[in-house]
Amino acid sequence: MSTTVIKTGTEGNIWGGGEGVQPLKASYGKLMMWFFILSDALTFSGFLAAYGFSRFKFIDSWPIADEVFNHFPFMHGVDAPMYYVALMTFILVFSSVTMVLAVDAGHHMKKNKVVTYMALTILGGFVFLGSQAWEWKNFIKGEYGAIETKGRQILQLVDTDGHRVKLSEIAASIPSDRVQHENKNGVWYEGESTLPSFTLEEVIAGVEANPNVLVRTQVLTKKGEKTVLSRAESIAKLKKDGALIVEGANLVRNEYGSPLFADFFFFITGFHGFHVFTGVLINIIIFFNVLLGTYEKRGHYEMVEKVGLYWHFVDLVWVFVFTFFYLV
Amino acid sequence: MAHDIAHHESNTKRIWVVFGILSFVTLVEVVLGIFKPDVLNNVVLGMKILNWIFIILTLYKAYLITWAFMHMEGETKGLRRSVVWTGIFLVSYLIFILLTEGNYVHEVFQNGHKAWDF
Repeated sequence: MSTTVIKTGTEGNIWGGGEGVQPLKASYGKLMMWFFILSDALTFSGFLAAYGFSRFKFIDSWPIADEVFNHFPFMHGVDAPMYYVALMTFILVFSSVTMVLAVDAGHHMKKNKVVTYMALTILGGFVFLGSQAWEWKNFIKGEYGAIETKGRQILQLVDTDGHRVKLSEIAASIPSDRVQHENKNGVWYEGESTLPSFTLEEVIAGVEANPNVLVRTQVLTKKGEKTVLSRAESIAKLKKDGALIVEGANLVRNEYGSPLFADFFFFITGFHGFHVFTGVLINIIIFFNVLLGTYEKRGHYEMVEKVGLYWHFVDLVWVFVFTFFYLV
Repeated sequence: MAHDIAHHESNTKRIWVVFGILSFVTLVEVVLGIFKPDVLNNVVLGMKILNWIFIILTLYKAYLITWAFMHMEGETKGLRRSVVWTGIFLVSYLIFILLTEGNYVHEVFQNGHKAWDF
């Protein structure tokens, strides 16, 4: 290493670490990718552990994931818990497989195979991102609507068989002059967010008019189901504590239960989606480099391997998000 | 990259086997998550059996992805340990303190004198 100069094509790839010492037998870039992944894993663990903290804090009133994420494309109104997220998991795991196949083809210097597999990986990444957008859309839009109390608890409506009831199915129609205050109308430029489709009075009148509608609180029973109030309790609770109508979810209010659930959902799946997005971008860059023959000239496809590490890491994180958001 | 060429005979067969295992494990999780058999709702060591199964299967999947797909099995012992042990130690510690604290705050909400649902 010190005296003779031999061009081996691997200059700068193996960490020097002193005279002829290569303790980890991996290139600088690969080592740094591993330690970046380690630190990123700690960031994600921070988020997931914070989610666990909040969940333990509200352990007996946390939303039930099966009731929140129960949509599947083209199956409108069908209760399909878990199917969609299972599909997303398969898509991501499969794109991980095509990635590792690309790395494998790279080891054998088969350029065309690397191109094919990387293209499939990029495609898988886009499909996953699209799926996530659809999941977010459903979550933000909400389905049934709920009533929020003065204490910021969520009350949902069910019928006597325990099926959820949409606010739109029962709400009475009471004429009102209340319109959305827009920033162009008032003094100074202050507006307010979109008004809900119904007022609290309309919903309460609707519940009173439908004798089979009951109120369900956030509190979980021993069996892990939400507590359903009796008819008399339901109406009393709505009149005494009802504060406003919530439709869908955002960072402040959440028709499914604790707003923290929505916050963590947006933050963790959003941060993961951001990783998928950057992964796709880096994959595209490497894909074009492969097409141009950059790595063919360089003599090895280690860049594909490094971006592959990142891509598998994204898949790894999803495995944990899947478990802690949807299963446990 | 002499060592790479030496270690990499075609791994495609193993890749597909690992993919099969990962898919199967995910399928088991989904089926259990949908049906939630009553027996598995019993609590063992402070957690439902079902949740224990989910977490153990998740760790198994994580192991497979790291070892087979990220090729950790082919790295040197030093690299493997510096990444895996560091991560596992720090994450376990974080989970321990945060969940303990969350439990405590929950107890305060239940038994403390402060009203939080009014």
